[in-house]
Amino acid sequence: MQLLERFMKLDRRWVYLFLVTVCVIAYYADFSLPTIVEKETRSIYEFLDSLPPGERIFVAIDYDPSNQAELHPMTYALMEHAFRKKLRVIFTALSQNGPGMADQAIKDITDSVKVERTYNGVTFAGREIVITAMGQDFRIPFPADYYGVPLDSIPMMKDAHNYDDIAILVDISGGNITDAWISYGQGKFDFPLALGLTGVMTAQYYPFLQSKQVMGIMGGLLGAAQYEDMTDNPGLAKDGMRVQLMAHLVIILFIIIGNIGYFAARKKHK
Amino acid sequence: MEFGTFLWTCFGAFLTLAVFSFLYKDNPMYKFAEHLFVGVSAGYFVIILWHNGLVTNLYQRLADGHFYFLWLDSSKWWYIFPGLLGILMFTRFSNKWSWVSRWPIAFYIGIATGLAIPLEMANRVNRQLYAMMEPINWSNFMGTGWLDLTAGFSEIIIFVGTVSALVYFYFSKAHTGVFGATAKLGIWTLMIGFGASFGFTVMARISLFINRIQFLDKDWGKNSFDTTNEHFHAGYQFVFWLVVLIFVVYIVSEIRKHLAKKNQPPTQTA
Repeated sequence: MQLLERFMKLDRRWVYLFLVTVCVIAYYADFSLPTIVEKETRSIYEFLDSLPPGERIFVAIDYDPSNQAELHPMTYALMEHAFRKKLRVIFTALSQNGPGMADQAIKDITDSVKVERTYNGVTFAGREIVITAMGQDFRIPFPADYYGVPLDSIPMMKDAHNYDDIAILVDISGGNITDAWISYGQGKFDFPLALGLTGVMTAQYYPFLQSKQVMGIMGGLLGAAQYEDMTDNPGLAKDGMRVQLMAHLVIILFIIIGNIGYFAARKKHK
Repeated sequence: MEFGTFLWTCFGAFLTLAVFSFLYKDNPMYKFAEHLFVGVSAGYFVIILWHNGLVTNLYQRLADGHFYFLWLDSSKWWYIFPGLLGILMFTRFSNKWSWVSRWPIAFYIGIATGLAIPLEMANRVNRQLYAMMEPINWSNFMGTGWLDLTAGFSEIIIFVGTVSALVYFYFSKAHTGVFGATAKLGIWTLMIGFGASFGFTVMARISLFINRIQFLDKDWGKNSFDTTNEHFHAGYQFVFWLVVLIFVVYIVSEIRKHLAKKNQPPTQTA
């Protein structure tokens, strides 16, 4: 009982230290885990995989460096799949620091799969009204791309005018821009919409899956790991899953100990 | 990795460790990292807004006009009006003229509200209601996989969960009898939802930490000791150990402070 009481009064910094130690050990330990691919992630992969080469897709990179850990692996896995399938990808970045994220991802992946860099991506900055305006013509809010090249002079944009000219829109998001894509984008212009979300947001967007407003969801690092698994392209997400496992086990252990301690203390006071 | 890039990587590693040092307690290194992040984010946003917003959407559209005609000779002269509305926002800085800024605000709110109300209602309320009203899928009652959202069984769970959660928030009738039991089921449904959100949140937070471990190991640590790098003798290891030394000095000083406090005789109160 005394041990439990001491646990209840434990300085939280010891918990942090323990968790950090476990995570670091798990990171350097050499073991891999099987990944069970969920239906909502598989549906995105299967949709992209079924598209013929040359088809145009739209990827919205709506996250800042603070969400890079979860969403960058997702972006890389998805983009690498799209480029290997020879799909043409239009990018936007509607969050504050999104253009930098998009630029980094475009440069890294185009280097990796050896495709020409300059005209593969078009990045923008803006918000809800921008989403609505793009439904009429991409050129209304963005006459030129992120690099300053007029859209009309980019070969892949010549016959691309609005959402009718894309096969799917994938929003990889770390904030409430996803709401705008659902209401102002998919709701108004009725294009297939898939989401890549941070773990914190994922549970909140499942109702849109059931109402078929969204055709697939990749949730957090797990979603990215599932996508990497399907494309047979293990990367940062798959690498992080064993740390996730050990960290979750530690947290579950602490929750159980905390609850036992709480009920024991309550019983003692009675 | 070039030495210049490596120096930036080292600075990133220093900032990572400085932010993590907050887990122990607030300190000057954390404060520096925090202030730098806020400043860089704001500065970056201003530049993006200027180059990808004002230059492309306003200046370049009016560029065929002339300054001395106030761009009224431009082929797209009507873009002067949004520009003027934007300038009026700056009257906020004057006590006497700040009321003028209400015009652009009123214009913006009017457009945003007109756009938002029908779309939000249609896509966040009506579409969700329709999804609840669809007939149960008896032909695929058990579904194809674990908790298949399209299965009839899942549809019943979602329907019962939604109705019971709504009943819980109905306070005009006492929560007793069948009504009370339904409300209790509602609170259980909410708790399961919160639990799922918490689980995803834990995954998200651990993902952030995993990303930082990957950065410190793969980008910083490995490059510091990469003997195959032709510039290796430029002082990679020296900078690595310098960053480590800063934190070692901080840890030692904290331990000394802690020991000094512990060995201090208790002060006598008058």
